[in-house]
Amino acid sequence: MSLVIQKGTSLRADAMQRLKKNHAAVLGMYLLLLIVLAAVILPFTPLLADPNAQDLLVKNTQPNQQYWFGTDHLGRDIFSRVFYGGRISIAVAVLTTLVAVSIGVIYGAVAGYASNKVDALMMRCVDILYGMPFLVVVILLGKVLENMTAAWAADLVDLFTADTDSDDKINAVRTAIEPLVTMVPLFLAIGALSWLTISRIVRAQVQSIKKLEYIEAARSLGLSHFTILFRHILPNCIGPIIVYTTLTIPGVMLFEAVLSFLGLGLKPPNSSWGVLIKEGADMMLTNPWLLFFPSLFFSLTLLSLNFLGDGLRDALDPKSSKD
Amino acid sequence: MTRISLYLISILTLFFTACQKETQVEKANREKILLVGNGGDPKSLDLHLVTGVIESKVIGSLFEGLVGDHPQSDTEMPSAAAVSWEHNADYTEWVFQLRQGAKWSDGELVTAHDFVFAYNRMLHPELAAPYVEMLYFIKNAEAYNKGEIIDFAKVGVKAEGDYTLRIQLKEPVPYLPGVTRHYTWFPVPKHIVLQHGKISDRFTEWTDVGNIVGNGAFVLQSWKMNDHVAVKKNPHYWDVENVKLNGVRFFPTENTYTETRAFLAGQLHVTYQLPPDLVPKMEKEYPQFLRKDPYVGSRFVRVNVTRPALNDPRVRMALSLSLDRKSLCDTVLQGFAPADTLSPDLGAYQPESVVAYDLEKARALLAEAGYPNGKGFPRYSILIGSGGTRSTSEAIQAMWKKNLNILFDIHAMDYGSYISAQQKLDFDVTLAGWIGDYLDPTTFLLMWTEGNGNNNTGWHSDDFEKLLDDAAHSADPAERLKLFVQAEKLLMEEQPIIPFAWQAKTYLLQPQVKNWQPLLLDNHPWSAVELNSEKEAP
Amino acid sequence: MIGKLINRLLQGIVVLFVLYTLTFFLIRALPYGPFQTEKAIPAHVIEKLKTQLGLDQPLHVQYIRPLKNILLEGNLGVSTRLEGRPVNEIMAQAFPVSIHLGIMSMILAILIGLPAGVISAYKKNSMIDYLLMATAMIGLCLPSFVIGPILAEYLGRSKQMFPVMGWDVRQVSTWGLPVFTLSLGYAAYLARLTRSGVLDVLSQDFVRTARAKGVSTVKILVKHCLRGGLIPSAAYIGPAFAGIISGSLVIEAVFQVPGLGRHFIKAIETNDANVIFGIVLLYGALVTLGNIASDFLIAWLNPRSRAQS
Repeated sequence: MSLVIQKGTSLRADAMQRLKKNHAAVLGMYLLLLIVLAAVILPFTPLLADPNAQDLLVKNTQPNQQYWFGTDHLGRDIFSRVFYGGRISIAVAVLTTLVAVSIGVIYGAVAGYASNKVDALMMRCVDILYGMPFLVVVILLGKVLENMTAAWAADLVDLFTADTDSDDKINAVRTAIEPLVTMVPLFLAIGALSWLTISRIVRAQVQSIKKLEYIEAARSLGLSHFTILFRHILPNCIGPIIVYTTLTIPGVMLFEAVLSFLGLGLKPPNSSWGVLIKEGADMMLTNPWLLFFPSLFFSLTLLSLNFLGDGLRDALDPKSSKD
Repeated sequence: MTRISLYLISILTLFFTACQKETQVEKANREKILLVGNGGDPKSLDLHLVTGVIESKVIGSLFEGLVGDHPQSDTEMPSAAAVSWEHNADYTEWVFQLRQGAKWSDGELVTAHDFVFAYNRMLHPELAAPYVEMLYFIKNAEAYNKGEIIDFAKVGVKAEGDYTLRIQLKEPVPYLPGVTRHYTWFPVPKHIVLQHGKISDRFTEWTDVGNIVGNGAFVLQSWKMNDHVAVKKNPHYWDVENVKLNGVRFFPTENTYTETRAFLAGQLHVTYQLPPDLVPKMEKEYPQFLRKDPYVGSRFVRVNVTRPALNDPRVRMALSLSLDRKSLCDTVLQGFAPADTLSPDLGAYQPESVVAYDLEKARALLAEAGYPNGKGFPRYSILIGSGGTRSTSEAIQAMWKKNLNILFDIHAMDYGSYISAQQKLDFDVTLAGWIGDYLDPTTFLLMWTEGNGNNNTGWHSDDFEKLLDDAAHSADPAERLKLFVQAEKLLMEEQPIIPFAWQAKTYLLQPQVKNWQPLLLDNHPWSAVELNSEKEAP
Repeated sequence: MIGKLINRLLQGIVVLFVLYTLTFFLIRALPYGPFQTEKAIPAHVIEKLKTQLGLDQPLHVQYIRPLKNILLEGNLGVSTRLEGRPVNEIMAQAFPVSIHLGIMSMILAILIGLPAGVISAYKKNSMIDYLLMATAMIGLCLPSFVIGPILAEYLGRSKQMFPVMGWDVRQVSTWGLPVFTLSLGYAAYLARLTRSGVLDVLSQDFVRTARAKGVSTVKILVKHCLRGGLIPSAAYIGPAFAGIISGSLVIEAVFQVPGLGRHFIKAIETNDANVIFGIVLLYGALVTLGNIASDFLIAWLNPRSRAQS
């Protein structure tokens, strides 16, 4: 318990030390790093073919020397689609999870710490959000955001192409800017809609901790509610938070695919892991590699993340240092 | 340890071999029940309230029209509720002699009054039947439906005695017998409908299990939503001794992959639709099941001709000529046929082939319209629904980019918004399709007139409408078809819609199902289908 | 206790009321109306239909009418998509299927997930822990639209152990594939959450004390840790339970189960207001009940917050 009040640096160094001892976590960390780096860097190198280029002469090719992961029914190179898709999926995962976890943790913590009345009000709001017809919200959101983002994207494109008349250049700028701009509202939307369960978990955890002796002690010392909640209670909830975060990520990555089939977010023919898995699922009997490779990278990433998460959980757990 | 697992394995094996009982299809063969994948659940069985193909299959087993479907031929017109029919010289008046003694499934007689009642109900303004336009061939039908005429006696349908039905039409319709095979022309039991409500009551219980009464070969046995609709042989059917099946079960197989799997696992006799990407696999592994029948459906790119650039017929023609339709049908639309005009095979009607794959001409036309090599072409998107057109749109997008250097975005939408955007003309180009209701070019051509609810292109042409009008008033069938050929040619030269494929009915069929021949309209009369339960010789 | 329960139920009614109101305005904002079909319906017919259903009346009338019918008669009105079929009948057919599928799946998920989580925590960082957690993660990474068809293809089609399509309450073999597929994801969630919860308790002071006193670890696990360790799972299970029985669209589509999910999606696609209201209210009620049960469970699991309640 005394550790919580200790200086952060030693805690962090201590945690790092413990993390290093956990082989599964270290392995996970390196693997994750490798995949993320590959997905971020490879698209900028000539190693990857154009992920959207179709060559009908080589459609449905099994993995071979030229097409490492094979090609799909339109003759597109799955190897490059997997890495281009990975970039999108990782971006979706990082941003949405950040949004969802921040909202969920703060909301749940406040609800769990607050008086019964405030807690009831806050949690009934969560109940209402649970009950909302999600698809309707998504369709409406798409409608509203579509015009908004189209306007933003147009403004941005104008800004960058003010001094040129070349169609090719304008198109190039557009191709670079538009997917990013249209994706941002999607990140926010998914994030804003997936924080509900984590808030319930954090709230339950906070409620169970806030009656512990050391919190009573902190209160009697006259510490502010803010300090008690965020410095003394929340660090003790880190386990469930990390675990739930790793659980949220596969969900949001797949959810992104559902949304892009509804027209919100990624536009065809661009790929993400979710979209590739969704398309590959239908073709699992005829072209199994279309499902296998995206699923492999998706699962490897999440598996690594999971073991890294467990390692972090152990390392950061303020109590476990006594072992 | 190993011994225990050996025991376990042998017990499990025993258990599972015991499970290898007869499949559902084998059981159904014994019971003479046909298991049909029907592509979805019917919305209703009230034939005046529905518009779909799915409903037509079930309704076709429960009811029978004036003219029947022939199991082998689209053009044969076997007698059904009517035994004979004749027309006047210019095809504007038809007299049907009904079958004497034919009964509803509750034993009551089917009379001409039931037909008049059915048409009266369908056209009744208060019923608000969505598919009412199918009856607008009848004289004054439209006026009555829109409330401009109050008296139904003025509408051109008369019962003369119990067994003579006289129908007067607003214009010559030489193909009327074919039209009456559509369920909108079927009779309904007057005594039953009125027992559950007024003629114009929309929401009554007359179609519920136990209440519904039909004149078809089967009667409704049970209906569990999204699970199955079961019908059994109707003992009161006039031709009951020639009905070979004891019943039909319709399954709402929306997911085509699930349906195919269910067929291969022995749960279905026939499927509704094979997913295009499974066609090559089935060709190789299960050729004995695979059926590829031509079908009266067309797929096309609908163009919003009110948009700049797209309002130029040369641009639309360029977009059309740059589509490699054969590639499309080899990759994303396996089983479909490349289209060179809008109307698919409709029997006697043979439209001229207009569109082809001609890159040189396409590029020349585009340059002529002011967009040499795609330069300056506005940024547009291809609108698609959330269904299975994603791959098609990606292929078309790539062809336009490669062949014309025009980049289209792809904009996917949920189903409701997609339909709504088309009807509000809030799109640039979109992928759409149409399925014919009967074998006549009108089913593909009439909708491209001004103000038609299914036009949705912003395109209209006085010349085109004049040709259609002339054809409508032509009493000479050959002359009539010639006018339609001209009209379709005009439409195709303007390309407000860019046809790219003719639909096919690609599905799986168990070989023990007999008397099931390829039919353009895909209306296989259930009363004629047989099940051969003996094992086939290999 | 009873007072608290009544209080929560009253709050639940407010939740349902707010849900109805929000849904009412949301679906009116949709860019399409109830009679937009692929084959266009003539305009004068649509007008007539709107009049018959009262969709041309002022907004407040339209808002109050369904509310009144629901409260006074328990009548949810008729579906526009299904040409006038009563929504009560639709729900009466579909809900029992969903609840059956959901409860079976939840039980299976708990039976798989909880023991896996406890064992994993107890054998932390051992081979068995890694194996269990890797399996759980794979269960999460293979979504039901992937795992469902694979199971159906293998166990259903080629081994003929289960039918690949359809649902029959009287025929246990038809439950197999949908229940198992649906339970996998939930089991994985529960396993991960339970592992973390139990680990948190295991590292707490009183456990150390007990350990130091020489009490066996298994005994500690069962007597002390399980309760506190289940709190995260209990918090998760409330909404998950509501979700699982309100129907899973993917499972229903892959195995053709006649549950609520498909009705809901189609009702939204066609702006079928009464069906949407019916299912949203049912789901809202389930969320409320699920969360009440879950909160009481948390209170019971957590000795310290029991005093508070």
